[in-house]
Amino acid sequence: MSIWLGLAGFGIVFFSAALMLGLLLLHRKTPSVFRDIPALTRLRQAVGLVVEDGSRLHISLGRGALTTPQSASALAGLALLRRLADLTSAGDQPPIVTSGDATLAILSQDTLQAAAKFSELAAFDPTAGRLTGLTPFSYAAGAIPAIRDENVSANILMGNFGVEVALLTDAVERENTFVLAGSDNLTAQAVIYACAQEPLIGEEIYAAGAYVESGPLHTASLAVQDILRWLIIAVILVGALLTLAGVL
Amino acid sequence: MNRKSLLSTVIAIASTAIAIASGVLVLAGYFFAQKADGQTSLLKDIRLTLLNWAIILAGFAIFIGILSLFQVHFKKIQKKQKGSVYSLLLIISLVATFLFGLVKPGQVEIVFTTVQLPVEASLMALLTVTLIYASTRLLRRRLNLLSIIFLVTALLILLGTAPLPFLGDLPGFSDRVRPFIAQVMAVAGARGILLGVALGTLTTGLRILFGADRPYGGNK
Repeated sequence: MSIWLGLAGFGIVFFSAALMLGLLLLHRKTPSVFRDIPALTRLRQAVGLVVEDGSRLHISLGRGALTTPQSASALAGLALLRRLADLTSAGDQPPIVTSGDATLAILSQDTLQAAAKFSELAAFDPTAGRLTGLTPFSYAAGAIPAIRDENVSANILMGNFGVEVALLTDAVERENTFVLAGSDNLTAQAVIYACAQEPLIGEEIYAAGAYVESGPLHTASLAVQDILRWLIIAVILVGALLTLAGVL
Repeated sequence: MNRKSLLSTVIAIASTAIAIASGVLVLAGYFFAQKADGQTSLLKDIRLTLLNWAIILAGFAIFIGILSLFQVHFKKIQKKQKGSVYSLLLIISLVATFLFGLVKPGQVEIVFTTVQLPVEASLMALLTVTLIYASTRLLRRRLNLLSIIFLVTALLILLGTAPLPFLGDLPGFSDRVRPFIAQVMAVAGARGILLGVALGTLTTGLRILFGADRPYGGNK
């Protein structure tokens, strides 16, 4: 990477970070208004039902290894897990977390342990955060028994998946339970749209944290995404007009 | 504050500081890989060292993950839970593969080519049926304009991709309709989605660098 390209990349990250901190301070003074995402509205209802009927929540984080760029969606899933573990801590049973990557499995155990420690209500069960397989289909095949046999009434599939996510949504459909699914992978998004009851499309998976009130920085990061999106749209439009005019 | 809680607070602060410092160093090493005179910078060396450490740790994490998998299924057998027969099969397969790998390390790939691959291929075949079935249920689940567009597009792409029995390629579908949908409309849509995903990835990374999301130390 050339030094100028590096500086430009650093500039974008620095600008985004400054914007996020600025919006964090602004949002403390004014309440945030979100557009309606039906899937995330129903998620809150499903979590409420989990606590009421004493069933379990199942969260699957996909198989995006932490050393790859695909880990971001799983990290967003882990942030959501932390919040949902808090919300369900008054319930009878802790959430189950399945993943197709060993580092994610360890992080999910750590997140569940932290939730149990801070809530002082739920006991920590190390087997609740599990690695179910290391290849796409073995991961899906290993996660299906968790959906089927462990008194699960709501499933959240959030992370890096491939087409194997259809096996998971099919298992959920057979159990007639709630499923919310989202992925950063385009193929998986198409599959999820066709198969899941509540699909999250595009960057909606990164908005989930803000919608379940994970913290003010989640809200600020959502606003940063919106601002940057408008900037990109403006740059694309200006670029297209300049190309039409023969300048570029 | 007792000694135990003081220790856990110190560990949480230290792990957060280490994670943030590592993240900033890797990011800086990525952006400033070269000095102005074109030579490799120290930051790049630090980034590569940290990434190598991460890969070693990820390898060790696989070992821990497999032990956890063993523990989950052993517990299932002990408690005679539903599906414990499959858990027993998994443990036998795990131990057998491990022993085979120890005895004949050069031939362990036979297990994957003769067992794992055929099983995964059959699951892929099962997926075809699952997807067709899901598509037929889509309109029942969500009857709206987007679902109709989704199904019509899938049908047009199928007609343009797979030759029909006795008829062969349908004129206009494989040379005009399919390329237009796949190379113009789908690419434009995919770029929009990928830009959104990239922005989401950026802000998720920043939240971790700020220490707001701490999947490693357990934030309150």
